Amino acid sequence: MNFEFPALPYAYDALEPHIDKLTMEIHHTKHHKAYFDKFVAAIQGTESESKSLEEIFSTISKAPLAVRNNGGGLYNHSLFWQILSPNGGGLPTGKLAEAIDLKFGSFEDFKTKFNDAAANRFGSGWAWLSVKADKSLCVCSSANQDNPLMDVHDCPGKPILGLDVWEHAYYLKYQNRRPDYINAFWNLVNWEKVSDNYQEAMK
Amino acid sequence: MKHRILIIFLVAIAASFSNFSNAQDVKVKPVKSKTTPKPADKPASDLKTDVQGKPQIVPVTDLKISTWSAPAGELTFPELPYKYDQLEPVIDQLTVEIHYDRHHRAYYDNFKKAIAKSEFESMSILDIFTKIASAPVAIRNNGGGFYNHVLYWENLSAKGGGEPTGELADLIKKHFGGFNEFVEKFNDAAKSRFGSGWAWLSVDPSNGELFISSTANQDNPLMGTSERKGIPILALDVWEHAYYLKYQNKRADYISGFWKIVNWPVVEKRFKQVKINK
Ligand SMILES: [Fe+2]
Ligand SMILES: [Fe+2]
Repeated sequence: MNFEFPALPYAYDALEPHIDKLTMEIHHTKHHKAYFDKFVAAIQGTESESKSLEEIFSTISKAPLAVRNNGGGLYNHSLFWQILSPNGGGLPTGKLAEAIDLKFGSFEDFKTKFNDAAANRFGSGWAWLSVKADKSLCVCSSANQDNPLMDVHDCPGKPILGLDVWEHAYYLKYQNRRPDYINAFWNLVNWEKVSDNYQEAMK
Repeated sequence: MKHRILIIFLVAIAASFSNFSNAQDVKVKPVKSKTTPKPADKPASDLKTDVQGKPQIVPVTDLKISTWSAPAGELTFPELPYKYDQLEPVIDQLTVEIHYDRHHRAYYDNFKKAIAKSEFESMSILDIFTKIASAPVAIRNNGGGFYNHVLYWENLSAKGGGEPTGELADLIKKHFGGFNEFVEKFNDAAKSRFGSGWAWLSVDPSNGELFISSTANQDNPLMGTSERKGIPILALDVWEHAYYLKYQNKRADYISGFWKIVNWPVVEKRFKQVKINK
């Protein structure tokens, strides 16, 4: 068994006021934990037990729905916690900043595109910045707990930045005002970590 | 041909709404609301202070099925058939307020915008649903959101709960084995809908059978895209916005609370209006 439920890399109240403590606590200890538990149960005794999540996602169209939903929920939230930080915000630097300018024209243009993807995802889902197979960047969104690593995704790639837009991610504080939550998100983005993810994906 | 038959039945259902005021044993006291839709980004805490008088909307008790069969461009936004706090403690006041006045209203407004100056304006919403595969996604999402929430608010009541009676009760027993078995199966549909969506009890107009289903996002069993098509008579919203302020991740608790506020007389009325094409 090579799957672990990750601890949060900061305290539950560390992202205040942008994301409130109660939301973080329930999101991590209930939602994320439930995805982990159900994923482990879903793959128990199957060959997926010895695979990595990325391997599992690459053939997810043939896997049971419980593996897709809960494996996605496990992976997506683990990535999400890492790319947030109480000391986040600001702008990306170095190679990532160059790649963003190259692909989207400017950081502001990238942000607008990402915000649109997050705001227009109807129902539950995620917005992503990914590195495609041709090593270019791509903004997209996915439904529910799907992600760009899954072979069902219409914009395949390796996600380096993700934003959870399920209502549970923001409802206690923002209710129907998803755009306010999306705006607040930019104050928390851990660009160092996103840059690391970018370098990793470029290998 | 099949489509035409379905539409006839939907029109019949719509006709049933004209007697809605008689079906309600709850005293309806309209909730005051603004004359114009509020911007979606206004904090909920402002809600209590910015009441500006009577809304230009038709109370839900005046809804006629002729309303649903009317051109979609003429549909109005109905009032809640109870006050925001009347579903307490099952559904808290703030949730009802935001759900109705923000979410539901936004679906209505966006639906009207999406059909404006298009061929859909003169079609009934029921007709639009049967042909939803060829409609823009904004019409599908917002038309569904508008219609589904009207059904939902109507089939809830401060004095709800208990069990259905008469023919509907008999049919539930026949199809599901008993009321408790029906509740269990409906709960499963509501709990296992992953992400956002709805659970439904519907009538299949081709044979009169009852069936339970769930749909994603704002889809519903009237839509041509639904796995099993039918006429919904009981609706349960399982989007997180329907329960998160009070129940958070405990959707199952919201679902069990739901049975205490189901307005069975309304569900029975809808059921009786379905004409079966045997
Ligand atoms: Fe989440
Ligand atoms: Fe809703």
